[in-house]
Amino acid sequence: MAEPIKIKTPLTEEDVLKLKIGDSVLITGKICTARDAAHKRLYDLAIQGKALPIDLKGQIVYYAGPAPAKPGYVIGPAGPTTAGRCDVYTPILLSLGLKGMIGKGVRSKDVRDAMQKYKAVYFAATGGAAALISKNIKSVKVVAYEDLGPEAIRELEVENLPVIVANDAYGGDLYEEGMKKYRRE
Amino acid sequence: MSEVSYNTIVDTVARLCMEANYFLGADIENALKGALKKEESETGKDIINQLLKNAEIARNEKIPICQDCGFAVVFLELGSEVCVKWNIFDAINAGVKKGYTEGYLRKSILSDPIKGKNTEDNTPAIIHTNIVPGDKIKITVAPKGGGSENMSAVKMMTPADGIEGVKKFVIERVIQASSNPCPPIVVGVGIGGTFEYVAFLAKKALLRDIGERNPDPFYADVERELLEKINKTGVGPMGLGGRTTALDVFIEVYPRHIASFPAAVNINCHAARHKTAII
Repeated sequence: MAEPIKIKTPLTEEDVLKLKIGDSVLITGKICTARDAAHKRLYDLAIQGKALPIDLKGQIVYYAGPAPAKPGYVIGPAGPTTAGRCDVYTPILLSLGLKGMIGKGVRSKDVRDAMQKYKAVYFAATGGAAALISKNIKSVKVVAYEDLGPEAIRELEVENLPVIVANDAYGGDLYEEGMKKYRRE
Repeated sequence: MSEVSYNTIVDTVARLCMEANYFLGADIENALKGALKKEESETGKDIINQLLKNAEIARNEKIPICQDCGFAVVFLELGSEVCVKWNIFDAINAGVKKGYTEGYLRKSILSDPIKGKNTEDNTPAIIHTNIVPGDKIKITVAPKGGGSENMSAVKMMTPADGIEGVKKFVIERVIQASSNPCPPIVVGVGIGGTFEYVAFLAKKALLRDIGERNPDPFYADVERELLEKINKTGVGPMGLGGRTTALDVFIEVYPRHIASFPAAVNINCHAARHKTAII
C-alpha cells in the first residue's frame, strides 16, 4: 500500500484538490465533532443567515458522539457514526466553508454535488474501531451545545488520525468503485 | 424452589453490560482473522486489522469496542422452579444503569421518541422473557447499536414468494444497507410467525456463535448459500469494497398462518455483542 498522506487543519482548497478516493490519510490538528442534533441547530442558524458557534472555514467535521472518558483518559472510544443522517444539513455548511467531513457510509447526491462545487472531501473512518481511534485524540473540549451530552460539539486535537478518502472533490466515490471492483456473479 | 436475590440480578446484568461492550467474542475474532486471509482488497485488509487491534485495546484497557454502546436488549430465561419475590424487570434495569454508569459506557436512550431527553443511564432496557423448565435464570445482554439496527427490515410476503423470495429480500437489504451497518456484518433472518414475532426471531438468531448452523439441514443450506451470495456482492469491510461483507447468516423459523409469509432481517455489525450468565 502507498504511504499515507499527512494533512494538517485548517484545510485549504489546495489540500482538498490533492486528495483522490482510496488515498490513505493521517489528519493532525483541530477538528469538531457534530452529529444529528448539533447539525440541526447549525442548519437552523445557517438558513437564517445567523452566526454559528464554530468557524466553518477550513474546518473538518467529525460525525461522532463519544463514550464517556474513564478516569485518566482524555476521551472515551470515539468512532464515526453514519454520515448520511446529516446529509440534508450538509450542502449549506459546505457553502459556508466546511472543507472536510469524517464519518462512515455513503453520502447523498446533493452532498456529493456540493462537495464538487465548494471543493470539499469526505473521509471514511473505521466504524467500531472506536477505542483505536481514540488513541489519536490528544485533547477534547466542548465548544457548543453542552446540553446535548454525547451529541455536543467538541473540539478535538488529533494526531495522525487514520482515515480513507471515500469521496473526493472530483465526484469520485469509493463506495461505488469498491463494490464494482469486488462484485462476483 | 430456589431463590435469587435482587442484588445478584443487578450485579450480574451490570457485569454483562460491561463485558459485552469490552470483550469481542472469540468466535468473531477468529472469523475476522479467517477473513483477513481471504480478503483481496488492501483497504479491506487494513480495516480488518484495525478491528482486531481495536478489540485488543478494548479488552486490555476495559473500554468499549465502539462508542455506540447500544440499546440494552436483554433475553431472560426464567426457570419455572425459581422463586422471585420482587420485580425482576426493575432489577434488570437497575443492572443496566449500574453497568452503563460504572463501566463508562455511552448513554444513548431518549425518554420519548419525539419529545424525549436523554435518560442518562441507558435505561429502559428491552427485555424478552421466556419461562423454561428448571431452577436456573439465564440472562443474555445483547447491546444493539443504532447503525446496524436502522438497516433491519420486516417484510410481509406472500406464501408464493417462498424461500427464494426470502433469499432475494435478504440480499437486497444487505446491498441497500451498504456501509451503514459497519460491515462485515452478521445477519439474523426470521421466517414465519406474525409481524412482531418474525422480527423477534431475526434478533434471537443473532445470539448464535459464528459457525453455528440451524439444526434443520434445509435451513443450514440456505444459511450457507446466503453467506456465499452476500460475500459476492462486493460491499466489503465498511462498504469500501471487498470480499468480506458478512461473517455469518443465521435463520430462525416458526410456524406460520396459511395466508401469511412474514420474513425479517436484523443486521448486526461486526462487534455482534452478546454475553450470557446462568444464575
